[in-house]
Amino acid sequence: MHVIASSAQLSWNVVDDVRQMFSFRFMVNAYRAGTIAAVVAAVFGWFMVLRRQTFAGHTLAVVGFPGAAAAVLAGVSVQYGLLVFCVVTALAIAAIPSASGIGYGEETALIGTLQAFALALGYLFHSLHGGSLDGVTSLLFGTLFGVTSTQVVILLVVGATAMVALTVGARPLLFASIDADVAAARGVPTRGLAIGFLVLLGVAAAAVSQITGSLLVFALLVLPPATAQRLSPRPSVSLPASVAIGVVVTWLGLAAAFFSPYPSGFWITTIAFAAYVVAVLASRSR
Amino acid sequence: MTYAIVGGTAIALSCGLVGYFLVLRSQLFTGDALSHVAFTGAFAALAIGVDLRVGLFGGAVAIALLLAFMGSRGSADDVVIGGVFAWVLGLGVLFLSIFTTSHASTKSTAGVSVLFGSIFALDAPRTWFAVGVAVVVCAGIIAMARPLLFASVDEAVASARGVPVRALGYAFLVLVGLTAAEAAQAVGALLLLGLLAAPAGVAHRLTANPLRALWLSGVVAVVTMWIGLWVGSVASSVPPSFVIVGVATVLYLVAVLVTSSRRSAIP
Repeated sequence: MHVIASSAQLSWNVVDDVRQMFSFRFMVNAYRAGTIAAVVAAVFGWFMVLRRQTFAGHTLAVVGFPGAAAAVLAGVSVQYGLLVFCVVTALAIAAIPSASGIGYGEETALIGTLQAFALALGYLFHSLHGGSLDGVTSLLFGTLFGVTSTQVVILLVVGATAMVALTVGARPLLFASIDADVAAARGVPTRGLAIGFLVLLGVAAAAVSQITGSLLVFALLVLPPATAQRLSPRPSVSLPASVAIGVVVTWLGLAAAFFSPYPSGFWITTIAFAAYVVAVLASRSR
Repeated sequence: MTYAIVGGTAIALSCGLVGYFLVLRSQLFTGDALSHVAFTGAFAALAIGVDLRVGLFGGAVAIALLLAFMGSRGSADDVVIGGVFAWVLGLGVLFLSIFTTSHASTKSTAGVSVLFGSIFALDAPRTWFAVGVAVVVCAGIIAMARPLLFASVDEAVASARGVPVRALGYAFLVLVGLTAAEAAQAVGALLLLGLLAAPAGVAHRLTANPLRALWLSGVVAVVTMWIGLWVGSVASSVPPSFVIVGVATVLYLVAVLVTSSRRSAIP
């Protein structure tokens, strides 16, 4: 794959470049999967950033690694491992702090412990399986250029399901995210919404992490929404903007990775971060 | 084995003390970010071909200062941290790919030990270096424990009373960076969050007295490390990093169960 990619020549003719890129089957699939992943991650990330749950989001993104490693060890399909681990972790994050009714600092200790333990489990499963570093890095950093058509279909189905579920609860969730106390007083089930959102975030992270790797889901979850929310405080503007930024960043990153020897994860995060820095500077100067 | 115990104890103690304040200040996400930064620094050092520790410590301290600079009053906003962090992970991927294409023979062991640690591989110079860094970190934390506690609990009142809140925030994050870089050698960049979070979580659960909790956090971290090393040396098929983080998690769960049953019994 790397051999083909490095033989690609970038010219000034953009149409030619795109045609050259899409003459490879793996690039077409990478673009399909990347686009779906970017849209799902941008929408869920938008709520995550609004709710200031980036730490929980990062943990959910990372537990994909033990999930995938467990699935490889058990000999089942990687998707099941990802899905089970992400949903169970989401439930654990949502459930335990409320049972004791302790503040925010305590919650971060719990999330941090969960995350480290999940990664340690992943390492255990992986070393029990006797795998190599290549196995670890492909689970952690993804193989965007190795996506099969079946994976694209699964990603589409899981992503669409999660999006539909999120749309149903979007309005009360928005209310609860902006002012939880007032929302609770108005009879909005904030607790149920919080749990539901974390579970859906877990499902979305599981679906996306299969394509981008567990460590880089987080980039797609946090950077486009953070950029969009810098640009506009209005949900009706910043939510579509978040999706647009996510998709454009992914497309540019994939193309850059195709025409250079460096990995797509590096390009996607770097372009997304550059967009974020521009947005921060622009909103400061205003 | 002796080196593992000496180095491990020093590393665990500094993780416990720093972790207590991280949890108190709700900055555990910063610790998470700095621990992942450690692996980017390490891969950068490996890719360039300099000593691993240059990358680990340089990267972690530089990002700690950057995060402190970007946030108001020496503590950064979650989203800002997340943004920087995501990009640094991307850089880590870049260095990893450069490293794996240029040093194909040594990549397996070096790469895995950066991510998941190799405490039994500590040799004499690395152990004494780890002990030295731990002494600096612990002395720093103890020296600024009282003002830092004041600034963490009530920032506005502390700054009104003339406590240099902002400088403390910077100094603390630098100590976190040093701890993260050091602990990455023992349990790995991906797992050291367990040593920062779990002992501190136990201490916050068991006592409300801050200074007692600070020491308890350090002690729990050291005990965790000892149990982890012992089990890791007996059961050689299980990686020691996993045992250490596993023990930390179990201790935290026990603390949660004990205190929640006690709390529900009172009313």
